[in-house]
Amino acid sequence: MIEIDRITKLYGQTRAVDAVSLTAETGTITAIVGTSGSGKTTLLRMINRLVEPSSGEVRINGEPTHAVKPHLLRRRIGYAIQGHGLFPHHTVARNIGAVPELLGWPKEKIAARVDELLTLFGMEPAEFRDRLPLELSGGQQQRVGVARALASRPDLLLMDEPFGALDPIIRTRAQEDLRAIQRKLGSTIMLVTHDMDEAIRLGDRIAVMDGGRLVQYGPPEEIVAAPATAFVADMVGDAERPMRLLSLIPVSDLVEPGTAEGAPLPAEATLREALSACLWTGREAVPVETEGAPAGRVTLAAIRARAERHA
Amino acid sequence: MKPGMFLRVALIALLLALVLKPGAFAPAFAPFAPENGPVIYTRSSLLSLSLSHLGLVAMASLAATIVAVTLAILVTRPAGAAFRPLSRTITNVGQTFPPVAVLALAVPALGFGAGPTLVALFLYGLLPIFENAMTGLSTLPASTMEAARGIGLSRWQRLWRVELPLALPVILGGIRLSVVIALGTATIGSTVAARTLGEVIIAGLLTSNTAFVLQGGLIVGLFAVLIHDALVQLEKYLAQRSGRG
Repeated sequence: MIEIDRITKLYGQTRAVDAVSLTAETGTITAIVGTSGSGKTTLLRMINRLVEPSSGEVRINGEPTHAVKPHLLRRRIGYAIQGHGLFPHHTVARNIGAVPELLGWPKEKIAARVDELLTLFGMEPAEFRDRLPLELSGGQQQRVGVARALASRPDLLLMDEPFGALDPIIRTRAQEDLRAIQRKLGSTIMLVTHDMDEAIRLGDRIAVMDGGRLVQYGPPEEIVAAPATAFVADMVGDAERPMRLLSLIPVSDLVEPGTAEGAPLPAEATLREALSACLWTGREAVPVETEGAPAGRVTLAAIRARAERHA
Repeated sequence: MKPGMFLRVALIALLLALVLKPGAFAPAFAPFAPENGPVIYTRSSLLSLSLSHLGLVAMASLAATIVAVTLAILVTRPAGAAFRPLSRTITNVGQTFPPVAVLALAVPALGFGAGPTLVALFLYGLLPIFENAMTGLSTLPASTMEAARGIGLSRWQRLWRVELPLALPVILGGIRLSVVIALGTATIGSTVAARTLGEVIIAGLLTSNTAFVLQGGLIVGLFAVLIHDALVQLEKYLAQRSGRG
């Protein structure tokens, strides 16, 4: 569990971060969203003490971060940033193994961990481990950057706009991969982004920052359905709200007995996809299937009713 | 690459012949020697002069590298940033002060011989190395430096594992410049009795023997060209290895 307790950063008279408190449960993704200058990156960087807080404290599993030397603290916290920040003169294997090496793991254990992570990120170890970062594509560099952050099985993973440098198609894939890997490993992640879509797609909880203050903190459904301030509503976007809400609800929530024409959707698909299928093919309902077997249908009327109910 | 390789081998062969078998070049230099005067410098072995010349340059460059790189490291730390202008001034003075004046001033303190030459070459060599090392250390990729801090490298580890390896090709560029300057400048050391190839040139100037001047100048020039080339190749190789090439 990560507890941020009334943490503040002053730059002269400016409050870059103003008494922010929030608690993140182990094994969840917290997305910190805000515009530039909202203090979101400063907040993140105070957790691993790249920025020293002016007041307040952060506790990781109950232990205050100021009790440890900064560079030792950082070895326990994964850190992935925009533009990956890989060491250009080290191979992929040395980059990923950097933190375990600092922690004094034996060589064989590091090598095994490197291969395990490369496999996890869909990169053939024999092919990639001896390459230099320069010889990788942007998407591969980014994956190696995240793999490096995960290498020592840290208590917490901090990510600062990790997908910011990727083009939209690769970004969507990288987000899905991260979600899948996070579920598999049960990692605790705090992620900074300016992109509300990314926050909704990845976050178990979303923290919205504005002018150094935490203006709303809650699950994505709540942020979309009941924005606490005009700023949050703005970030969500009025026109986007119904679609964002539908993108958070799986089809299985509204499935009813019956049949429908046309191509079926899997039960894990979102209502947004179901709506889109209805509109595109002019159907009033789409069939739903679970692992290939028919499981009923979801109707346009039910989707509309669900959207009107907001939360 | 092929013609370059051929030229390199040819120049090395020419240099070795000039140093080891100077007598063989008597016909080539004869037109430049005064009538009935000696064509080939024989008062001391060209090999031993070359070795002593290179030794002086190597020692002075090594000392200049150690001092300049250390200084550059210090002023690129947050605590040393305030000293940046001062250290720039000091190394600049080293460069603008003519080596001849350094020799003249150093002789009373250090006596005749290699000492004053070492001092002059050392001072003259500081600036290029310092400037390049500072550039190299202050233009590292920002995201790499941020990540190095973020994953928990200590200051020393950042310097040794990330900053110096990444800045090495640029630092080497400065060393190359400084070595080439020193190879030429070392010749004037012979005016205060340092054993360098300048001895041959000065003997030629004193006796109006152009053959001696050519002989000494050619050897120094070839050394400079070949060492410059070798260091350029080394830089290229290192830049590739550090993933910046």
